[in-house]
Amino acid sequence: MGEKKIVKRIRVNLDRCNGCRACEMACSSFHARPKYSSINPARSRIRVVTDEINDEYVPIRATDYTKAGCDGRRVYTINGKDYSECSFCGSVCPTRNLFKEPDSGLPLKCDLCESDPPVDEPLCVQACSLDALTYEEVEEEVQDEVKLGGVEIGLKSLVDRYGIQELADAFARMSQKG
Amino acid sequence: MRYAETGYTLEVDLTRGNIEKVETDPRWTELLLGGQGIAAKILFDRVPPDADPFSPENLLIFSAGLLHGTPVPGANRTAVNTISPVTNLLAHSLMGGFFGPELKYAGYDRIVISGKAPKLVYLWINNDKVEIRDASHLSGKGVHETTQIIRKELNEPAAQVAAIGLAGENRVYTASIEHGFASAARGPGPVMGDKRLKAIAIRGTKDIYVAQPQKLFELCIGLREKMAESMDVGDWMAVDEDDSFHHDNFAWGNARTRRKDFWSEELQERWTRIKYDNMLRQKGCYNCSKKCINVISYKGRKFGYKCYGKDTYHMAAFKELDFTFEILPFAMEYGLDSYSTPQAIAFGIELYEAGILTDKDMPDFPEDIGERVFYLMEKIVRREGIGDILANGVHKAARQIGNGAEAYDHNTVKGFEQLPIKLGKLNPPYFLMIATGEKMAITQIEGSFPQDPLPTIEEREAFIKKWDVVVPDEKFKKWFMEWEKRNEISNEASCAITDWNEAMHFLDDSLGFCGFLSSFRGQFGGGVVYHINNMPEIVTLAAGLEMDKDKLWRTFQRIRNMVRALNVKRGLRRADEKPPEDHWAVRDHEFEQELLDDYYDFKGWTRDGIPTKETLDSLELGFVTEEFLKTGVLTGNEVTPSQENPAEKEKSGGR
Repeated sequence: MGEKKIVKRIRVNLDRCNGCRACEMACSSFHARPKYSSINPARSRIRVVTDEINDEYVPIRATDYTKAGCDGRRVYTINGKDYSECSFCGSVCPTRNLFKEPDSGLPLKCDLCESDPPVDEPLCVQACSLDALTYEEVEEEVQDEVKLGGVEIGLKSLVDRYGIQELADAFARMSQKG
Repeated sequence: MRYAETGYTLEVDLTRGNIEKVETDPRWTELLLGGQGIAAKILFDRVPPDADPFSPENLLIFSAGLLHGTPVPGANRTAVNTISPVTNLLAHSLMGGFFGPELKYAGYDRIVISGKAPKLVYLWINNDKVEIRDASHLSGKGVHETTQIIRKELNEPAAQVAAIGLAGENRVYTASIEHGFASAARGPGPVMGDKRLKAIAIRGTKDIYVAQPQKLFELCIGLREKMAESMDVGDWMAVDEDDSFHHDNFAWGNARTRRKDFWSEELQERWTRIKYDNMLRQKGCYNCSKKCINVISYKGRKFGYKCYGKDTYHMAAFKELDFTFEILPFAMEYGLDSYSTPQAIAFGIELYEAGILTDKDMPDFPEDIGERVFYLMEKIVRREGIGDILANGVHKAARQIGNGAEAYDHNTVKGFEQLPIKLGKLNPPYFLMIATGEKMAITQIEGSFPQDPLPTIEEREAFIKKWDVVVPDEKFKKWFMEWEKRNEISNEASCAITDWNEAMHFLDDSLGFCGFLSSFRGQFGGGVVYHINNMPEIVTLAAGLEMDKDKLWRTFQRIRNMVRALNVKRGLRRADEKPPEDHWAVRDHEFEQELLDDYYDFKGWTRDGIPTKETLDSLELGFVTEEFLKTGVLTGNEVTPSQENPAEKEKSGGR
């Protein structure tokens, strides 16, 4: 049985986007450690998939890590413009080089800027003065599920890459070294 | 740790295929900030005074501004500098978009390109991995086509690309470098072609650090909101469809004909429909909430334009907006500057009508003027027949054609095509800006002080209300309140106004700001987002440089003199500093020369327009003094005009 919960959502209005990528700037800045200390859109958990010639500007957020890619062959035509399947997909997959921590290659995931103290709105929404991104909280019936946190997702991708045994050995070695 | 900047220059020698990442001296950041300021110093230091612009010795420099890549909104304009084949002086060129910030994220503040590639190549910068790649398959390709091919073959859809088209490859003087729907004009396109560099592609995934992160970030969120809401910044022509200003006041054809009653309500309605029926989106540049670029799909061809760029082709051809929509997609793919190219074309048409060019020069020249514009554009980009001459721009072409053609070159300064404006009475600050400007186009020099007096005291008061936070000094408000007639303003005011207008552009072009948020825009509405009173704090928070208003103003003076020194080194003198003869109908030679003396005096320059030893030394530009003494440009005893003859200053002081 599900229960009622407040669900946080970011609504994306593609018609309002001017392609400026301030959302990427703000996200990478907020998630830097210490906070705001560096800017690097490649670390952002939101990216504006851009193709100027096709007039395509789609801000997508990093969702789940998956070890398998898809063929991405579907093409959607909306109002005369072609979008690829990847244009709307937030998965961190091997098929494309998106939402991967540039130093480690580990997957990134949008956490809606959950932090302590909490922020009014996710930073990408705050940075979007054109309201292409808007924030809403709605009450919904949701199924209970165990959500993986950032560390677990990172570990899972390492397990997929190296196998659990090799990872466990590495951990053992590292703990001994202190 | 370096803040705001990366601290590295990418040096690319195309002759030898050598690539180096060179650490820079932070002292020069403090003295010249970045962007065009430092580029001018590099050109001064490294390009010999007699080097031909089309020689391997010439450098082509792409610079990010100091604030690119930081959270500061609207800092995204890339400066492209070289020695221009049009003027043989500094080419001042800027483009919006995403190029500069991406360069920063790749770990470089600028790219300095020297030498000449043996065959057509492109540069691929992927963080520390930099490659010179074969571009023979891109030869003759349009700029957007090139961009798409490069992104595909590198499998890097997010790479930022700047490319030249056929015009640049053929060293057409009016060629531009195109990046997305932004374009770097005024000289660097043909030099890029001469270096056989088709394109530069960049992908950067590194961090940029700022000195006081939290404070800067909070300040920037506020600035973004203000920018988005304010009608006093950005390109108002993106939203205001009344464009009577350009059409009724600027000159059509070869900068000849004013059509004072051209604009009408009916026309405005019709043109508004043409625009919105075919418009896909209004687009912004990196980290900017404005929507200045209109992206159009017309008859299946896509292109983008901003501001007056939509007017130049149909005004050269005495046509309407649909003509520009017809030709712009082609001109853009060829990589042609839409300011100077239509003038070179209109100049050619006028020479044909005057009988100086004939059917022998222009076989099968069409009857319709629109078809003529297309005909000459195609000849120019291919350098075919008469196109090979017109491709050298109006000034050079006039001298090549001879036979009286020189008289039709009536709208250039220092050999560069100016905006087609022909007015009645002299506007003294504009005389100074057009005469002495080294950014070559008035839009790159004017902007903080209005062009004309406002008619009523109430309107003036309303205007200066918004000016309060913006003006460097109360005296500007006083001068504006007292200004009644365009041509009646004191020399003292004219010099200071010109200086302030220049200051904001020189700071913008070194910090990387867009003029629509500051330097160009204050004259229309007064309420800009960036100005001399808030720039120092932003520079301090982002770059960690101790900065206040006085120090930033000194920095402007230093950059201004650095650019001056570069051009003086290449031969610029007083004799070159004159607006087109017919820019104003009423001229007073004696007054103008006195005004010019006063201005040189104000700047600490000699009567010949050269910064004195005292001026250079006081601005910590001793290395310029040294070179000028060595090469005989200065003896060290030079003085400014008033020091030369103190009595004269007294005489002209009252004007």
